[in-house]
Amino acid sequence: MVKEIERAGIPVVHMCTVTPISMTVGANRIVPTIAIPHPLGNPALTLEEEKNIRRKLVSRALEALTTEVEDQTIFEV
Amino acid sequence: MSYRVVHYINQFFAQIGGEEMAHVAPELRDGFVGPGMALNTAWKGEVEIVKTIVCGDSYFAEHEKEATEQILSWVEAEKPDLFIAGPAFNAGRYGYACATICNAVQEKLGIRVLTGMYEENPGADLKNKVLMVATTNSAAGMRKAAPTMAALALKILKGEKLGACVEEGYMPNGIRVNFFEKERGAKRAVDMLVKKLNGQPFTTEYPMPSFDRVAPNKAIKDLSKATIALCTSGGIVPKGNPDHIESSSASHYGEYCIAGVDDLTAETYETAHGGYDPVYANADADRVLPVDILREFEKEGKIGKLHDYYYSTVGNGTSVANAKKFAAEYAQKLRNAGVHAVIMTST
Amino acid sequence: MKLELGYIQINDIQFSKECKVENGTLYVDPDAVKAFMYEDDDVKDWVKSFKFDIAKPGENVRITPVKDVIEPRVKVEGPGGVFPGVISKVDTVGSGKTHVLRGMAVVTAGKIVGFQEGIIDMTGPGAAYTPFSKLNNFVVVAEPKEGYENHKHEYEHAVRIAGLRAATFIGELGRAVAPDETAEFETLGIREGLEKYPNLPRVAYVHMLQSQGLLHDTYVYGVDAKRSLTTIINPTETMDGAILSGNCVSACDKNTTYHHQNNPVVAELFAAHGKTLNYVCNIITNENVYLADKQRSSDWTAKLCRLLDLDGAIVSQEGFGNPDTDLIMNTKKIEQQGVKTTIITDEYAGQDGKSQSLADADPLADAVVTGGNANEVIVLPKMDKVIGMLDYVDVIAGGHAGSLREDGSIEAEIQIITGATNEMGFNCMSAR
Repeated sequence: MVKEIERAGIPVVHMCTVTPISMTVGANRIVPTIAIPHPLGNPALTLEEEKNIRRKLVSRALEALTTEVEDQTIFEV
Repeated sequence: MSYRVVHYINQFFAQIGGEEMAHVAPELRDGFVGPGMALNTAWKGEVEIVKTIVCGDSYFAEHEKEATEQILSWVEAEKPDLFIAGPAFNAGRYGYACATICNAVQEKLGIRVLTGMYEENPGADLKNKVLMVATTNSAAGMRKAAPTMAALALKILKGEKLGACVEEGYMPNGIRVNFFEKERGAKRAVDMLVKKLNGQPFTTEYPMPSFDRVAPNKAIKDLSKATIALCTSGGIVPKGNPDHIESSSASHYGEYCIAGVDDLTAETYETAHGGYDPVYANADADRVLPVDILREFEKEGKIGKLHDYYYSTVGNGTSVANAKKFAAEYAQKLRNAGVHAVIMTST
Repeated sequence: MKLELGYIQINDIQFSKECKVENGTLYVDPDAVKAFMYEDDDVKDWVKSFKFDIAKPGENVRITPVKDVIEPRVKVEGPGGVFPGVISKVDTVGSGKTHVLRGMAVVTAGKIVGFQEGIIDMTGPGAAYTPFSKLNNFVVVAEPKEGYENHKHEYEHAVRIAGLRAATFIGELGRAVAPDETAEFETLGIREGLEKYPNLPRVAYVHMLQSQGLLHDTYVYGVDAKRSLTTIINPTETMDGAILSGNCVSACDKNTTYHHQNNPVVAELFAAHGKTLNYVCNIITNENVYLADKQRSSDWTAKLCRLLDLDGAIVSQEGFGNPDTDLIMNTKKIEQQGVKTTIITDEYAGQDGKSQSLADADPLADAVVTGGNANEVIVLPKMDKVIGMLDYVDVIAGGHAGSLREDGSIEAEIQIITGATNEMGFNCMSAR
């Protein structure tokens, strides 16, 4: 799906937990996330802590979108 | 009344001659010629070859456009129920001609087609487009190929559902079809492993695919002026799943307006996804679709705007072709709406 | 480790005040089963009621939504008891003698959470896809207490325990019955095996366990598999119920407890043991939702394959989607250790069969056995009798809005059918 968005000429960042699948299918900008049932959260934490993590992950995704890449790149958090 | 078939063969099988006669132009004859007899016999009157088209292999290769036009006009006039070419075995130019003319007949005239050849024949490159029976590499295999082609033709003519390639004898064509093997899977796995360990040939039941790549687009220059859209395969939908997105094998995607929404709550949003523990996403859908944070960034001026619509699908069991179709469709919508970049989240 | 299985063939089940197994018939008192299930506090706390029914092969009956299928067994000799760490104490099982009530199963059904899974048709076109249509099924339909919505994990646990307790109760009835047939299974120590079969390739079974959270879990000796590292287990331990299903999502390719008890890979490897290969042991590994876990577990699997000096391994997957990555990671890493693999999976190639079947891929996975395309569409005709409830068919995986038609028939993908594309290779179905 990310590939179709990319094909349409829109830069896209894929935020996902299973980065190997993302690599296999061909996403170009990848941000690894926390876990499959809650990629951008962690129910073990307080809501405020959770929001901080989410803020960090989304910021990283925006950084990825403003970074030129030539090849598939994982933006570790 | 029997079904009507037009058959295509080359100069060799029409007994005009070998290589020295490969230059002959297409010719239309009544009834069956050469290998058509074996097919006709196998059909026992249920199907009949009404015309046979004979064409020299070199002629077809060197005058593909003219030959194709001529043959198409004959076939169109005859309006057969099925068009059969070959079998071509390992004859390269003949196989190419069979596959090419079949493809043209099915695309231009909408008439169903069938051919046959050896799997390494260059014509077999079209096997995902044209239904082909796998034959041996020499004409000695005619005795086996003819009944297989005849049986397959009959199934196509009667509109019956085709079984798996290994049952029906056609070449794998990229369409996966279920069938029942004689042995259960665990036995097949042990047998396959023993062969692999002993260096004997074995055949995988699923050859691994290769993936295409799309080059990355240019980065966003100025985030504070950019419209960012959210998309997800995590199945986040408004509470109650108004579009009935399926929990698995989704047949459509959802487009939802989030203008004025600052936070996704348990009361307003949930997941339709059936492939993961839904408790966490149902309690707070921002854990999958970070609307809260992007709204915050929007207010701070870090991003220009969060796009008013987000797109949601369920990745779980949804075929790649469907996923591709959905994304291609909403990518156009995003483009038309002037979205500069997309954050796609997956579970 | 050596285990003898004594098979007691069950050809019929009848409700009766007296509980016994006699001449191939199981006589059972549902009230006695119920009382035994309610002895457990969790069952008492969360299950409002149980309903009981019997479904026999060929009957015009549909069971849905199926939660688990369990074969009643009882340990008659040797240490431990069935379902160790959950029903029996945690003692190591897999040796001595165990009686098996063959030809029957306990089937649990009822709603648990959002997505309701699993259909067993006892006749008609759907029956060909599930092995459980061929069994005499003692069906337990559970109904939750009010307010369970906020305690889904607890309720799931209670239903799981209830099913296991029902199977334990019934299995116990076979304790004093003389088996119709016996079979012996033995796993040798590493050196013993090497000395006995110096020229045979050493093969292990890499058994992947689904461990993705609520309704997607598996338990080993009572341990939630997602909290365990990859480890080794004797094949015969699985025959005594050491591995249990805690998952009921994705009906077609989840391994029910019955599958674990009757693991076909274990059976086929034992059948080949000493002839074409030397069956060393089982390696069990999980399929977690964290990437770090996936990496750790697959590294560990490959490491154990190397440590055991294996020549080959059979890898079976459970579930689909992100576990495809666990499968590919395992396969790739095992192959990179010089150990040859054959893998068993299933496919999601779309209703037209034209899509790519797995979410992940690697050229090293060159020997694949498939349980078929789970997206294939089937129409299941209306049945005279439904055990359980039909009102969830539209939201089970493989169903879609309109799945349940007005005439009572169901149009859905075969992934709706319990065990249809099993990835242990339990069935004959395949795809090309």
